[in-house]
Amino acid sequence: MAEGSLSAAGTAGTADATVYDDTVVRLFTLASILWGVVGMAVGVLIAAQLTWPELNFGIPWLSYGRLRPLHTNAVIFAFGGCALMATSFYVVQRTSQVALFLPKLAAFVFWGWQIVIVAAAITLPLGYTQGKEYAELEWPIDLLIAVVWVSYAVVFFGTIGIRKVRHIYVANWFFGAFILTVALLHIVNSAAVPISMWKSYSAYAGVQDAMVQWWYGHNAVGFFLTAGFLGMMYYFIPKQAERPIYSYRLSIVHFWALIFTYMWAGPHHLHYTALPDWAQSIGMIFSLVLLAPSWGGMINGIMTLSGAWHKLRDDPILKFLIVSLSFYGMATFEGPMMSIKTVNALSHYTDWTVGHVHSGALGWVGFMTIGSLYYMVPRMYGQTRMYSIKAIELHFWISTLGIVLYIAAMWMAGVMQGLMWRAVNPDGTLAYSFVESVKATFPFYMIRLAGGVLYLGGMGVMVWNVVKTAQAGRYVPLRIPVPHAMAPNAALGLPSAA
Amino acid sequence: MDILYLLIPLSTVLVLAILGVFAWALHGGQFEDLEREGERILDPASPNVDEDQTAVVGRAKESGSEQANF
Repeated sequence: MAEGSLSAAGTAGTADATVYDDTVVRLFTLASILWGVVGMAVGVLIAAQLTWPELNFGIPWLSYGRLRPLHTNAVIFAFGGCALMATSFYVVQRTSQVALFLPKLAAFVFWGWQIVIVAAAITLPLGYTQGKEYAELEWPIDLLIAVVWVSYAVVFFGTIGIRKVRHIYVANWFFGAFILTVALLHIVNSAAVPISMWKSYSAYAGVQDAMVQWWYGHNAVGFFLTAGFLGMMYYFIPKQAERPIYSYRLSIVHFWALIFTYMWAGPHHLHYTALPDWAQSIGMIFSLVLLAPSWGGMINGIMTLSGAWHKLRDDPILKFLIVSLSFYGMATFEGPMMSIKTVNALSHYTDWTVGHVHSGALGWVGFMTIGSLYYMVPRMYGQTRMYSIKAIELHFWISTLGIVLYIAAMWMAGVMQGLMWRAVNPDGTLAYSFVESVKATFPFYMIRLAGGVLYLGGMGVMVWNVVKTAQAGRYVPLRIPVPHAMAPNAALGLPSAA
Repeated sequence: MDILYLLIPLSTVLVLAILGVFAWALHGGQFEDLEREGERILDPASPNVDEDQTAVVGRAKESGSEQANF
């Protein structure tokens, strides 16, 4: 491990700004794992409901239409969101060599975000929804999200502002872009006119609303699920591999190219709808352009192991991180391809889209999160490694098998559905009724369910490992290294945390 | 597509803001010694910050004060 010796402060008083403020980091880390299990368990349930609709049990709160947004919100904003907040607070302190700005506000960010998550878990099954994908939560919760998010931004950028290292490490640029853009997207897309406590209407109507929704929706993918996790990638891959990023210069180019070009890819979600044709084409072109920065970043991350590929054989955490990048490469190739209108004519509304999303979500986002959490969890308990490395290895392999089953099943199901829906008889009538395509999809839904169960099982292994690690260790405040220029006692060879 | 009257100005403002931040980063010395910056996070023993890299912020405030007793 690259870690220097862990040094304990004499007292655990974190008000003293000489130790890193890791309380909130630890809470977010544990919350991320907890919500990951919950969100993925709901995912498994709704996958089973698609296979056997009787599993609705005739109870409205358990119906697919209400649980599906609960699943997406839980895995994206609870699992992914908590992981982003944990890692960004961890990374910004280490790379700025300073404790968090306004730690009490950081604690508010944690508890506020948990209230948002619990409120979502209550209101969505009750049927309160704005009906906008990934922005379903009703206006009172939206307001709370805005307050929490602005506080998050204040803590993060405040910490950057009081940094002791002049250079802002590239991971922080990605985290910063993610935080600012998500604030803007959320506020614009969630603009609504409330008519009662739990009912509101969007400020936009018809195709205008659709355009705003997918401007939000795709940029949420681009900035929440991509930029933020690239921030993790640029810190945790070099740290775990104990090598600097392959080309730091390329990482800077990657950042600026990505944020300059991402904004207008959204219309590809609205191909062949009421959206004007030219707007669809613009969305397609911007989506194609995105391939370049995405692959630049992917290659940069993977090539970090250049000359040290053996580490991939021995270190399951690196396996998670590097395979995550492989899925990033696949998803960012598949995405632009699916945005081409002729391809989209086949793929749209089919399970191919579901497969594409999950190769990004389970592979890229999930594995990057899991790898980063395996790096952080022991360090939250005064150790440098997890309780069981074998368990991480097991987690890696069953999750990978789960993803492969999931996405391969969805690819096949999707292409089959697309071909069945467009097949016509010589007289011009449809060759298949819709329900025939549903029936043909059944075996693929079974395979997808099996894949989901495996992935969830991997999370179970992780929970066991985290509990064991937490029991074996104890939280030790980490001392912030003191710059030469201002610390005479740095020369005394006192231990410091890297 | 009236919505473009909102989205296009919004994006334009955003791009200009990004350009502004980029210009600040460029002229503020963020890109001066890039390969070294990539290695900085890996340095296990040293405090990772040297004199020329010390930000102006906070220096005056802390330079005279007693550091932590460990």
